[in-house]
Amino acid sequence: MVNYKNKELLTKLGPLFGLLLLIIIVSILNPNFLSIANIFNVLRQVSISAIIALGMTFVILTGGIDLSVGSTLALTGAVAASLLAGGTDPFVAMGIALVLGLFLGAVNGVIITKGKVAPFIATLATMTIYRGLTLVFTDGKPISNLGDHYTFQLFGKGYFLGFPVPVVTMVISFFVLYFILQKTTFGRRVYAVGGNEEAAKLSGINADRVKIAVYAITGFLAALSALILTSRLNSAQPTAGESYELDAIAAVVLGGTSLNGGKGWIFGTLIGALIIGVLNNGMNLIGVSSFWQQVVKGIVILLAVLLDRKKTA
Amino acid sequence: MIEMSGISKAFSGNVVLDKVEFKLADGEIHALMGENGAGKSTMMKILSGIYTKDSGNIKVDGQLVNFKSPKDAEKLGIHVIHQELNILPDLTVVQNLFLGKEKTYGKTGILKNREMEKEAAKLLSKLGFNINPKKRAGDLSVGQQQIIEIAKAIASEAKYIVMDEPTAALTDREIETLFKTVRELKEKGISFVYISHRMEEIFAICDRITILRDGQYIGVRNIPETTFDEIVEMMVGRELGERFPTRQCEIGVTKLQVRNLSVNGLFENISFTVNKGEVLGVAGLMGAGRTEVAQTIFGYRKASNGEVFIDGKKVSIKSPIDAMKYGIGFVTEDRKTQGLVLDFSIQENIALANLEKCSSSGVINKSKQQSMVTKYIEELKIRTSGPEQAAKSLSGGNQQKVVIAKWLGTEPEILILDEPTRGVDIGAKKEIYHIINKLAESGVAILMISSELPEVIGVADRVIVMQEGKLTGEVMKEEMTQEIIMHYATGGEKVGQL
Repeated sequence: MVNYKNKELLTKLGPLFGLLLLIIIVSILNPNFLSIANIFNVLRQVSISAIIALGMTFVILTGGIDLSVGSTLALTGAVAASLLAGGTDPFVAMGIALVLGLFLGAVNGVIITKGKVAPFIATLATMTIYRGLTLVFTDGKPISNLGDHYTFQLFGKGYFLGFPVPVVTMVISFFVLYFILQKTTFGRRVYAVGGNEEAAKLSGINADRVKIAVYAITGFLAALSALILTSRLNSAQPTAGESYELDAIAAVVLGGTSLNGGKGWIFGTLIGALIIGVLNNGMNLIGVSSFWQQVVKGIVILLAVLLDRKKTA
Repeated sequence: MIEMSGISKAFSGNVVLDKVEFKLADGEIHALMGENGAGKSTMMKILSGIYTKDSGNIKVDGQLVNFKSPKDAEKLGIHVIHQELNILPDLTVVQNLFLGKEKTYGKTGILKNREMEKEAAKLLSKLGFNINPKKRAGDLSVGQQQIIEIAKAIASEAKYIVMDEPTAALTDREIETLFKTVRELKEKGISFVYISHRMEEIFAICDRITILRDGQYIGVRNIPETTFDEIVEMMVGRELGERFPTRQCEIGVTKLQVRNLSVNGLFENISFTVNKGEVLGVAGLMGAGRTEVAQTIFGYRKASNGEVFIDGKKVSIKSPIDAMKYGIGFVTEDRKTQGLVLDFSIQENIALANLEKCSSSGVINKSKQQSMVTKYIEELKIRTSGPEQAAKSLSGGNQQKVVIAKWLGTEPEILILDEPTRGVDIGAKKEIYHIINKLAESGVAILMISSELPEVIGVADRVIVMQEGKLTGEVMKEEMTQEIIMHYATGGEKVGQL
């Protein structure tokens, strides 16, 4: 009992040790990895998937899953792009995209709670629906010529105090979400609903409302990622964000959050996303073929989960 | 015959068994008693090979044995029936009976279904148990499933059967059937270790009783020669005094009135009142609909009919949130599935129903939370290493106190307690009765559902009885006897003694 807390802390910090180990290995194999330019590069790449994964953490903590994030990203990105291309004020365009993301997420939540559909099925369906809507909206073609909006350009490509703006966005998102999850009553309710939904309901918690909120948050964050991606590419692709849901889920799991809900923490997700980012970048630097990269990535995820299982057993 | 002597066991330096003795003769029913955490389950886990002992000897029929796995123990006929039954509800009775021991044609893996069915039928009738072996096990009552577990043990030629709280979920009639089966098997030389908190049952069925306390062997007694009080004293190490503490309490005006409450298919036309400062007992057999009535009052179920009045005013309660606004608290029956978030700490669990109080504008205020929790840990004597301890690592009695603390935090004016002392040891039980008394004395109206008749009689001021979804009787304090309550609970059928 005495070392209970230490053990818990060790379990929580496991992913961090994994990340450090990975960084050491990669930088020994290719010292260029540690250059500022490359580190910024990794962080910028990671920021998009990390922001989605942060939202996914909320959903998974309630015991749910959201497969529709990639499609939400594509649809909100396309809407923002077409508004910009049409000359809308960039702040208005970005605001509309974010609200749309929030709405698409809330729709998931309503289907799951009011329709009593399993989250996997519900979001599998909306994944297809949102992707289809994106194709209809864009007519299957990329939207480019977004105009020369400085603020919008800044969002994906700019620097703030010497740091890439997407990285800053990721860090701010992390701190806000960390605060919500750890310090607010809403965060406590998220853990409670995932830990024991029946007990939570019987303690006067509106579990449906909590669930709708977490899916809405995830939708909002997917839209935020969409803005970064659209800004970086200066166009919106109808196929953007495909399989992003899997990277997000992988990051959450690598971070030690249980797919059964109720257990986990959001810092782990950030680490998980970084592990995937470093792995991708490192393997490119070392010159591993892209085919083998997938195999390695899969093995790393599997190893992480197996290690985690062993610790908790 | 099993002889365990000098058994010690420690987990990471924490001694849980210290030179414990236990002897099980052939053909006896031997109770193993002690408060939660006394070491009963560890002892039985060592006997059944789940844990290995640190020191001591186990002899089976005079032979020294050393179990390395449950398989080793099973080979010598030692079989454990856990509290949570190992019945797969979607398989048939036969499939359950032969689970993992299926009869096949050689090593082909092709099942000899007909042979197994025949054998199962034979076994069941030998146990005096008339049931179609092809029936889906999930369609059986819990009592019948319990007997299937015993049949499973017998089928694998068990000579020693350990039963952990076998009657916790059984109706009185099912308990009778179970006891009959156990007695018959005892005549055939099969021995039982019987773990239970229910004193009445132990005196009804057991031959001897071994008592443990804090991992120590306290003593063994022959049942006819000992008394209730002696056993309790051995268990808690001090005189417990009155089992049900008395309360000095003025019963006030009507607080809660329920009129013709119904939920289609579950219960109908339930009407009763609870007064301020009164404990209204709700008795009945398992499945009589008592929990469902409580859930409906609390807004967790939708009423199809009926009205609820609080302080004489009609209220509409559509969710637990509404109920809490009207000052109702609900200590649920099953603390693991409904009462606690097991991965949460004590503090987080207590705060769960009090998040508004523990926060300001949505942000949790650590010091508010802490002071509330510390207060209840002291008041309810929750034994813990601190408010950060995980709920799942607490004993049953302390878990129950955490659930009660959660609801005390809401300062309820009406408190519904559903089986408040189930699976709780005798010391903690008494503490819970004290809490109930204190609440009643402060004017809280209490609705207490309980299946333990001595508890209902000892604690309630008045009792209403339900049978199969209907209210069948109301008994005042002066008239309360087990017989009269059972009479209403069974719809007037004659009930034998345990």
